Amino acid sequence: MAAARATKKARKDEANDPSSEIVRFGAEQPLQLDAGALLSPFQIAYKTYGTLNAERSNAILVCHALTGDQHVASPNPVTGKPGWWDVLIGPGLIIDTDRYFIICSNVIGGCLGSTGPASINPETNKPYGLDLPIITIRDMVRAQAMLVDHFGIDRLFAVVGGSMGGMQVLEWAASFPERVFCALPIATGARHSSQNIAFHEVGRQAVMADPEWCGGKYIEAGKRPEKGLAVARMAAHITYLSESALHRKFGRNLQDREVLTFGFDADFQIESYLRHQGMTFVDRFDANSYLYMTRAMDYFDLAADHGGRLADAFAGTSTRFCVVSFTSDWLFPTSESRQIVHALNAAGASVSFVEIDTDRGHDAFLLDEPELFSAIRGFIHSAARARGLEETP
Amino acid sequence: MSTNAAQRVDLAVIADLITPRARVLDVGCGDGELLQLLERDKQVDGRGVEISQRGVNECVGRGLSVIQGDADADLGFYPDKGFDFVVLSQTLQATRNPKAVLDDLLRIGNHAIVSFPNFGHWQVRLSLLLRGRMPVTKDLPYSWYDTPNIHFCTIRDFVNLCDEVGATVESATALNAAGQRIGLSMPWWFWNFFGQQAVFLLKR
Repeated sequence: MAAARATKKARKDEANDPSSEIVRFGAEQPLQLDAGALLSPFQIAYKTYGTLNAERSNAILVCHALTGDQHVASPNPVTGKPGWWDVLIGPGLIIDTDRYFIICSNVIGGCLGSTGPASINPETNKPYGLDLPIITIRDMVRAQAMLVDHFGIDRLFAVVGGSMGGMQVLEWAASFPERVFCALPIATGARHSSQNIAFHEVGRQAVMADPEWCGGKYIEAGKRPEKGLAVARMAAHITYLSESALHRKFGRNLQDREVLTFGFDADFQIESYLRHQGMTFVDRFDANSYLYMTRAMDYFDLAADHGGRLADAFAGTSTRFCVVSFTSDWLFPTSESRQIVHALNAAGASVSFVEIDTDRGHDAFLLDEPELFSAIRGFIHSAARARGLEETP
Repeated sequence: MSTNAAQRVDLAVIADLITPRARVLDVGCGDGELLQLLERDKQVDGRGVEISQRGVNECVGRGLSVIQGDADADLGFYPDKGFDFVVLSQTLQATRNPKAVLDDLLRIGNHAIVSFPNFGHWQVRLSLLLRGRMPVTKDLPYSWYDTPNIHFCTIRDFVNLCDEVGATVESATALNAAGQRIGLSMPWWFWNFFGQQAVFLLKR
């Protein structure tokens, strides 16, 4: 119990007083939101790795996925687990912190220190809850751009991210083409499909059906809709995997027993696995934040923002793109990536496209996937040579 | 893609046809050898399409802009006259619908450059005549049952196809087994018999 309370305390502190760096934007620097409102004041929590060079030309912005955070290459303060992309980012690794300056921020609407629904609303001195206006992917990117300004960086060398992070990469390239030398969107789409919106709605309804959700005011009420959030996570987690990977990993194997119990215990390993995923998730994530993040993804439609023609989002771009998809990803299937690639072609952009053959599903972008790494390595290094950051071999 | 990279004597011929700083799309670009040559020597703005993961990864590693895809399915998405030259080297015979592909090449590019192994070469003819078996040569190393090449043609067949799709042959080069150009003064039948490979520059 004491440990659980400590976790709860840590989590509460992370939302308003994170253990990473923060930049605060006061009344003179409001964030214009797509929903119409101005968010002010607000704060962005971030981590950096490596050193910004004198020309300020070696910065890589890493964009996190739905439930990710700024702790991309260092231990997570809540869970103590390694950074979510520490297989890729670090000294001597593919995204080499000895060579590049890595910035990763917690997105606006998140719950690890950037202004989100768990943050204190300065007008009421209570958590925002649902009083926070809806946040879009473009809002997240606008806020990131202010963070990049804060570092005095005019042009990022690269913007990289998977899934919701990939949406941010595309939005960066569309909104600030002159500020992005190269863009690496992985396992993502230029819009959220109706199937994806459907899964998100299941998750949101699970959260809101939990009596502890209290109309979104659970923090004030001293409660947490853990069951609803865990169910939301369980449903979502299935979409991150593939059927063949699930079968390979679990099959119909039983969990810690020889025979079926003829009841509703977690007889099967897959049930036990999902329950574990749900339980560990509620320890590190805020339920309202989950509502806002999923909504941001649902609203994302880059073509609609540009008169219905995706190619127009990238008209005249000089950014170099490398689009990556996975064969077994049914959340963002290869066809979604191809639409992006076709639009970039139609816009005359410099684009590479790699479809990685793997059975690990959407989550493959977070795993040690050699073909993915080889594509990223090739793309980053050749772009670095073009940018004058690396010697020609 | 369909012949050994070491045998790619057509690449130099193709490179000669391309003007400096042109926009070039190489369809079936393999490991990117031609694109890299063109970017280095002719400062072209090059793009590639390649079906194999190994080829695409190699290209991306070389800093080339290459899309994983195939000529039959993906050319339709490219805008009209988006490139100065569209190259299809040693790939035509591996496409499902060579006529549609050729049509797309001429639509996408101001010029199309097509190179292919000539199935009218005397060795091919002789092999079929004397041995009664599908030819397996240095340039065409596959057995009939596992070859990616499904639509072979002769130089004469290709000239007919060009007529059918309304393409003008701006220049044509036949290469003999040693990779040397066959004299321009030679008649078509001679090319068709002694040319092991052909390179056509087309426009519409």
